Amino acid sequence: MNTLLTIAAKEVRDGLRNRWVVATTLLMAALALTLSFLGAAPTGTVGVGRVEVTIVSLSSLTIFLLPLIALLLSFDAVVGEIDRGTMTLLLSYPVARWQVLIGKFLGHAAIIAFATVLGYGAAGVALAMSGSEIGPESWRAFAAMIGSSVLLGAAFTAMGYLASTLVRDRGTAAGIAVAIWLVLVLLYDMALLGLLVADGGKTVNAGLLNGLLLANPADAFRLFNLTGFKSVSQFAGTAGLAAQVQVSASVLLAVLAGWVAAPLALAAVLFSRRQI
Amino acid sequence: MTDTATIRVEGVSKRYGDAFAVREVDLDLAAGECVAMVGHNGAGKSSLIKLMLGLTTPTAGSVRVLGGDPASAAASHIRRQVGFLPESVAFHPSMTGRETLDFYARLKRVPRDGNDALFERVGLEPAAVKRRVGTYSKGMRQRLALAQALLGGPKVLFLDEPTTGLDPALRQSFYEIVRDLRDAGTTVLLCSHALTELEGQADRVVVMNRGRKVADGSLATLRGLAQLPVRIRLTRPSGEVVETACANDDKVATLRRIACEGPELADIEVVQPSLDEMYAHFLRREAAE
Repeated sequence: MNTLLTIAAKEVRDGLRNRWVVATTLLMAALALTLSFLGAAPTGTVGVGRVEVTIVSLSSLTIFLLPLIALLLSFDAVVGEIDRGTMTLLLSYPVARWQVLIGKFLGHAAIIAFATVLGYGAAGVALAMSGSEIGPESWRAFAAMIGSSVLLGAAFTAMGYLASTLVRDRGTAAGIAVAIWLVLVLLYDMALLGLLVADGGKTVNAGLLNGLLLANPADAFRLFNLTGFKSVSQFAGTAGLAAQVQVSASVLLAVLAGWVAAPLALAAVLFSRRQI
Repeated sequence: MTDTATIRVEGVSKRYGDAFAVREVDLDLAAGECVAMVGHNGAGKSSLIKLMLGLTTPTAGSVRVLGGDPASAAASHIRRQVGFLPESVAFHPSMTGRETLDFYARLKRVPRDGNDALFERVGLEPAAVKRRVGTYSKGMRQRLALAQALLGGPKVLFLDEPTTGLDPALRQSFYEIVRDLRDAGTTVLLCSHALTELEGQADRVVVMNRGRKVADGSLATLRGLAQLPVRIRLTRPSGEVVETACANDDKVATLRRIACEGPELADIEVVQPSLDEMYAHFLRREAAE
């Protein structure tokens, strides 16, 4: 346990020193604040809780931005240290390989959690200070959004680690990271939409569609936030979808957690067999 | 010697793809022994050290370090007693010298209050310790590398090309530390290209070539094996220099003959074959086979 914390703490300190933490936190805060103010402007006079609108905007922001940050942070984690020669020395110490991998992952996940909580928290504080009435249900939805964002970031960090242990070259790892982002964040939904249109509802039923959506962590995240809370789905335009989705919030969270654990476990197995 | 062996390598081969990095090497190292391993780049020195560190597993044969398999899951207690100074050592540039040593001390579960003494021992100034490693010169990085290798008083110490890029004064203090460790019972395995500086430092020399061990023994034993001629340089009173050569076994007889029967001399110089020459000889013999 101590070893894990030592390695994680080193990773966090590295993040602080090379300004990763500051840069991501500022970026998240700036985008979150912009979205919460601009996104609320059209509905401001209607008198509904603007938090829901902010949640919808921030969820979309998370889906695009957080995977990118997570992958950029993690693709170099293993292959880069092997390349620079720091891994040889580290592994000659009394540490197991899985401890190195999990420790570094915990450090990177902590950086993402810190940036997300602080960045999105700033938007929450701004909303609270703007004086509008915000119910406890809305705050719960907001907190759930932040929590699931961290989980999504962790899932893509884990995938970045997998890419990083899979290959022997930093450039290849970077390429795989970009491909993961393109496929899961951009192309997957388009392909799914195309499939639905082409199929015309003949073979793809609701059950299969749910399965396909769960096979992508970004979609699991979207479903969790946009259909999980009734007040939010009204604003997201997904109220109809929410009625169709038979997947409970806890299942969606479990799927996200699985997307953290599975790539990490695979990376740990690959790394333990690696001949440095 | 078998009882005190801290490292035992038996019939070890290591293959990467089609290429053998190490072939059928047998090697025993005892406590309190300083062994130099010499060879070209790619002769298998670093590969052998990685096997002994348990970073890689042998394709064939077995490696035992301090009585256990260094690559097994239970190797933690072995690694706590092993120090390693890698070739072209790299540290995280954003950490200071002190943070770096603290980090490694925590991983080795060694109390950190001994770190100041370690810094002093390797000659890193307190001012340098507070600076980031990224600003260090090669010599300072190498001192820090030695400091981390000495953490916890290792029973086995691997030094891979430890003195490349060090100035002569630093080299001397470096070998002084190595000597102290050896006298305290540490097994030291030293890899180097710089053969001349190993003379007088190592109790034993292991010559590697293309993954094979081609020679193993003390400098004197290797000299006997190589049977390289000893050169005798004679200076006449007039300043004229004459050089002659003889076999190592005939050295004393030849010198006596020269002294008793030869012409008047101002100086006699006996030049033993250097480690460099012996190394070249073993490689030639290996190539001829």
